Amino acid sequence: MNKGRLLAAFISVATVVFIVIGTFWPGPSAVAYAGGKSLLRPSSTPTAAVENLGDEIRLLAWEKAYSSLGNKAQFTEQEFEHDLTGYYLSLRTYATLESFDVRPLHASNNDAEVQIRLHWSSVVGAFVNTRNLRVVKNGDRWDVDWPLVKKPLVPPQVIAVNYLRWDVIDRGPGDDWGVQDVEAPHVRIVDMHPVQRAEGVVILGELLNEDVVPAYVSVRATLLAKNGSPIASEGSFDKISHILLPKQVTPFLINFPNATLSEVGSVRMGPLSALVSASADPVIEIENQRLNPAPDASLTGQLVNQSGQVVNIAHVLGTFYDKTGQVVWVADQYTDSALLPQSPVPFDVHVPEDLARKISSERTVIATYSVGGFQ
Amino acid sequence: MRSRLACLLGGLTLATVQMACAEGGSMDLPTTVEAGNAFSIQCTGSGKAVLYIVGPGQALRRDVELGGTTSFPAGSLYNAGHYLVVLVAGPSTGSGSLNVVPASQPADLSFLARPSRLPVGLHDGISGTVYVFDAYRNLITTPASVSFELSPPSGAVQQRTMVTHDGAAWTEMDSTAKEGVDTFKAQVDRVSSTRVVEQVPGDPCGLRMAARQSGPYLEVQTDPVRDCSGNAVPDGTIVTFTENYGGAQSTVDVPLKHGIAQVEMPAYNGARISVASGVVLGNEIQWGR
Repeated sequence: MNKGRLLAAFISVATVVFIVIGTFWPGPSAVAYAGGKSLLRPSSTPTAAVENLGDEIRLLAWEKAYSSLGNKAQFTEQEFEHDLTGYYLSLRTYATLESFDVRPLHASNNDAEVQIRLHWSSVVGAFVNTRNLRVVKNGDRWDVDWPLVKKPLVPPQVIAVNYLRWDVIDRGPGDDWGVQDVEAPHVRIVDMHPVQRAEGVVILGELLNEDVVPAYVSVRATLLAKNGSPIASEGSFDKISHILLPKQVTPFLINFPNATLSEVGSVRMGPLSALVSASADPVIEIENQRLNPAPDASLTGQLVNQSGQVVNIAHVLGTFYDKTGQVVWVADQYTDSALLPQSPVPFDVHVPEDLARKISSERTVIATYSVGGFQ
Repeated sequence: MRSRLACLLGGLTLATVQMACAEGGSMDLPTTVEAGNAFSIQCTGSGKAVLYIVGPGQALRRDVELGGTTSFPAGSLYNAGHYLVVLVAGPSTGSGSLNVVPASQPADLSFLARPSRLPVGLHDGISGTVYVFDAYRNLITTPASVSFELSPPSGAVQQRTMVTHDGAAWTEMDSTAKEGVDTFKAQVDRVSSTRVVEQVPGDPCGLRMAARQSGPYLEVQTDPVRDCSGNAVPDGTIVTFTENYGGAQSTVDVPLKHGIAQVEMPAYNGARISVASGVVLGNEIQWGR
């Protein structure tokens, strides 16, 4: 009892002491966040100038960042901000700069080249932006020349789109129970097999919409032990393209962290489908797909929006097959910038090094999201 | 042990009823009453009494004169089932039971046709199940003849006649080779119910494409896409074009519009272009060379 009181008194006193210390002798970052003196160092070296710029971007201090640039006369502050956050609504718009790395590439007495890798965090994971910056000496300080990527301009034109959409009228509460509702789309798992990975068991496969109507799909898998008892149940979450048009195929990947394949007797698969209103647009072409071998194995290519509207977010899903045509891996990536009509946007999907050698072919599908949907 | 106890209780109840009947008069009850029909109960004895009829979802109370006949108009009892009839005459009580059976005349059908949409050319792909009800929604359990008729948009009408068993009858029909909307009708006497079944085209068959140069691009276009029965595959169906060239690949998923799929792809000399829809592969084109 006495010990408890002693501990409580100690915590109270320590709290008061820390508050006093923090108030009278605050740390530089606390001062900066409170709107006081900047935590930035003098831009006396090229690296320090780039680090200061990175800190200002992280603090969303666009005005300060813009005014510190050496080539700011070439563009406006708004263009600079949109170059980093996206000219159109996209994942970048709501991403926050988590951290950045600065790497000097070369330097002379009057100018230098420094690489900055910006690590953004978004709702669907992290993405990295790399920019090579030219830094120029200006008196006793160094100024960064920002390599602005201009807003992509789509030439004035008319893109004819024969919109095709499906609308659904479901049965109402007043209908007789014998009146059938509209049939759920018929979907079929055309390939599935479990794989043991270091992080656990992974179920890979492909799902086909074999119907003539669009389907909202998801896949759930349950691992069963050899005695038939369930071990774990998981869904595909976002490792699938949820909207499937007629005869469209999507890969899926389901993770079972910490599970061991040797303990699994069988797998119960549950593909789910529901009839949804959908549009057949936009059409996205995937150009120049290349499987890049290890090290740093990846699938790269470019997405070209062949429709007339802006696609805000594109989700690239790559299915990788071995020589026998069996699925060996499914990987994905979200594009961090919007897809403008006819403007290629690159993608780079990482492939695990150990699997890269087994991969013989691949197939890529794109799921798209547009603000307000394609009407 | 439970059954013995039930027998004992039943025997005691029966003894009590018989005694009550002996003291207060007895009832002449119909064994069965058709749902909704008029019926009467005759009570012997003299004086006044109260008659109760209690059954599934219904309870009736009548003040009666013993020695007379109490009439119940049509529609008094309409829920099929077993009813308990109790006559209370002062301190004495008599009871009996009667059964209300469904009306013999069908008045309503519940018709379940499945599925509402299926591919053409499926043997026994369409099922129809009928439950026959009277005017009071009682399931008619006596055998009745049900006529099923499936009328496709073209071709012969398929007909089956089935007899209900415990109030239900079912059948299976084939989807025909022609796409369109079928009318599926079930009829018992003059009562009928109709459902709509949509026959949709099957997988593409003989998928073919052609390519022609248009500047730096190839205009790739399929022939009109049809299933193996010659039905046009519906617009919106995804056709995948794949172009392989120099170790790289371009793919595009294109929805059918006006029966064909078309796309522009980069024109590379020696490129191999293939086409597929779902699990169906089409032809392959080697461009140039």
